[in-house]
Amino acid sequence: MTEWTRHDLLNIRDLSREEIELVLETAKSFQEVSRRDVKKVPALRGKTVVLLFFEPSTRTRISFELAAKRLSADTLSVTAGGSSVSKGESLLDTAKNIEAMNVDLIVVRHAASGAPKIIADALGPSVINAGDGCQAHPTQALLDLFTVKERLGRIEGLKVGIIGDILHSRVARSNLWGFTKLGAKVTLCGPPTLMPRDVEQLGVRVTYDLKEVVAQSDVLMVLRLQKERQQDKYLPSIREYARLFGINKEKLKSAKKELLVLHPGPINRGVEISADVADGEHSVILEQVTNGVAVRMAVLYLLLGTKSKADGEEKDGSAVS
Amino acid sequence: MKILLIKNAIIVNSKDIASKPQDILLENGRIAKIAPSISTKEAEIIDAKGKLVLPGLIDLHVHLRTPGQEHKETVETGSRAAAKGGFTSVFCMPNTNPVIDNASIVESIKKEAQCVGLVNVYPVGAVTKGQKCEELTDIWELAQAGCPAISDDGKAVHNSQLMRLALEYSKMAGVFIIQHCEDPCLSHRGVMNEGLVSTTLGLKGWPEVAETIIVARDIELARYLKARVHFAHMSCGRSIELIRMAKAKGIPVTAEVCPHHFTLTDDLVRSFDTNYKVNPPLRTAADVAAMKEGLADGTIDCITTDHAPHAQEEKELEFDHAPFGMIGLETSLALTITELVEKKVLTFPQLVEKMSTAPARVGGLANKGEIREGLDADITIIDPKKEWVVRKEEFASKSHNSPFVGRTLKGFVETTICGGKITYQA
Repeated sequence: MTEWTRHDLLNIRDLSREEIELVLETAKSFQEVSRRDVKKVPALRGKTVVLLFFEPSTRTRISFELAAKRLSADTLSVTAGGSSVSKGESLLDTAKNIEAMNVDLIVVRHAASGAPKIIADALGPSVINAGDGCQAHPTQALLDLFTVKERLGRIEGLKVGIIGDILHSRVARSNLWGFTKLGAKVTLCGPPTLMPRDVEQLGVRVTYDLKEVVAQSDVLMVLRLQKERQQDKYLPSIREYARLFGINKEKLKSAKKELLVLHPGPINRGVEISADVADGEHSVILEQVTNGVAVRMAVLYLLLGTKSKADGEEKDGSAVS
Repeated sequence: MKILLIKNAIIVNSKDIASKPQDILLENGRIAKIAPSISTKEAEIIDAKGKLVLPGLIDLHVHLRTPGQEHKETVETGSRAAAKGGFTSVFCMPNTNPVIDNASIVESIKKEAQCVGLVNVYPVGAVTKGQKCEELTDIWELAQAGCPAISDDGKAVHNSQLMRLALEYSKMAGVFIIQHCEDPCLSHRGVMNEGLVSTTLGLKGWPEVAETIIVARDIELARYLKARVHFAHMSCGRSIELIRMAKAKGIPVTAEVCPHHFTLTDDLVRSFDTNYKVNPPLRTAADVAAMKEGLADGTIDCITTDHAPHAQEEKELEFDHAPFGMIGLETSLALTITELVEKKVLTFPQLVEKMSTAPARVGGLANKGEIREGLDADITIIDPKKEWVVRKEEFASKSHNSPFVGRTLKGFVETTICGGKITYQA
């Protein structure tokens, strides 16, 4: 089996197929911890994990925090306000202050693409990118892959449609790498104004025809549509967007029986997805959330747990089984 | 004033490179005499054996950050950087605080530059008051105060009617317009070239069409009004195509390119190193190739630096938040030699054309840009073969935001002489 050698997890783009599979397999082994009565293993006992969020997030932060706690790490959640400019302290100064307190791993969310990389390049502790600007959200892609694999048994050969605002989506930018690396065929579908230039060169197909995507897909990943896109003039109206690209029961009539509908949350019911689909038979939206904890446990464990093995410390990993 | 005598000079002018060494006598700020052998007792002698002797380099595009941003650069530190880079004349851009939009600021910068006395500084006045693209500055007064050109650099004069009026009025005032070509609606919030790399990195794109639209529009205005436009820091291959077509039709446009745009590509932004954040942004390998072609065939007239100093703490930020710009005065000549002369894109006389003769012609500096008896004693002596490593600590500029730190470059400035006075000696 592949050995995990990475110090940080910044994006899916850099990972090999084997590394992605290793995370998924590790996540599988952690899945049952959360189902136990006592939801805790000592794998990361004595490690300190800081959640450094420069951008508000509920789901991702809670998921990381639970993942770290179920591995017995100490966690601290820091919400740093806005941009470093408005705060008066630079990104690096904030991060260096946290490093100075001898933490082992920093989970970073930031509105600017590349911010976690800047921290990782300058600092000693491991860094996990929990979403940076429009660039990457690697643990989201990993939990999406995990969810699809759990349900359909494979990724290879699947047809995956990613629907919506691709231009501003770090979820799309991570998932397109994850799914293509594992052998799925990815089609992007959304308004032309929200489709990034030259994106076909990343090995995906682009279409504006939702009907066609729905009919052929095994997986539909529906992206959140930010209301600001109308103010920014990318869209004539949210109403027209919902008519053209919103997923509802009517539009799913031609879908495969086995179709999975994913959404990274939070959902705008009635905009990109209707209530009857979000709560319906195809939806795996809450499974994604459940699986997110196991996947983040796996990532934390691979980044911190395997390192302590290399350091010759107690082999905490055995506690998993 | 001391008399200088340069012995054994291989003179490079834009037309040719001398086959035999000559002596050059500099007296009263002028090139007094050029002859196979000159001897005079009272002169200080500079032996240029094995070196090349060029007319002093002229940079039409520099930010001296004065007034208002002296923590980035001052007239003094900028002048030292210019002299160290082999420059004897620089045009400084008006996007200062306050903006250079009235005669008194022009005069104060000129006075300060004369006190420092290392390089001829020509302030470029703003086209519009406060660079707000709303009303014209007193263009005639700016010209009278000593501005050879006007520009809203940092931004374009994007309002077509205002650009038309500025072109008409500046003809009368005897100044030319340097246009920063950027349609602000198209480049809005863009931080790098729009394309595969911006798509991959999730950074907002600054598309090439934001540049080419202004180039195309200004070519049309120049044609219609028979007025001259100089295009600053060209970055896209398509801009070069447009300018080539315009020149073929005899439309009075000129253009410049910066070393980073014929050396670096947007692929480097993958590092998120903010020293690669520059406006206009680094483009693709095809654009870099087009810049070289445009230089070689004469479509691009000048090489300029767009020397844009920023303090370290200003650059050490997220890519989205860091300011645009990189310094360039001290690496421009060596990059041109390393990337263009060594790679047979340009010859040394062509380098002189792009870095001195054409800038003097475009900039309207009558007695500069050539080594000839009677012209100003602005001279740059270089060792064309010497290799050196760009080091952060060695910049004379107050800032060191250069993406070329660590690179080994060929071509080294030995001595810079401005107005007959040695302003830099390695």
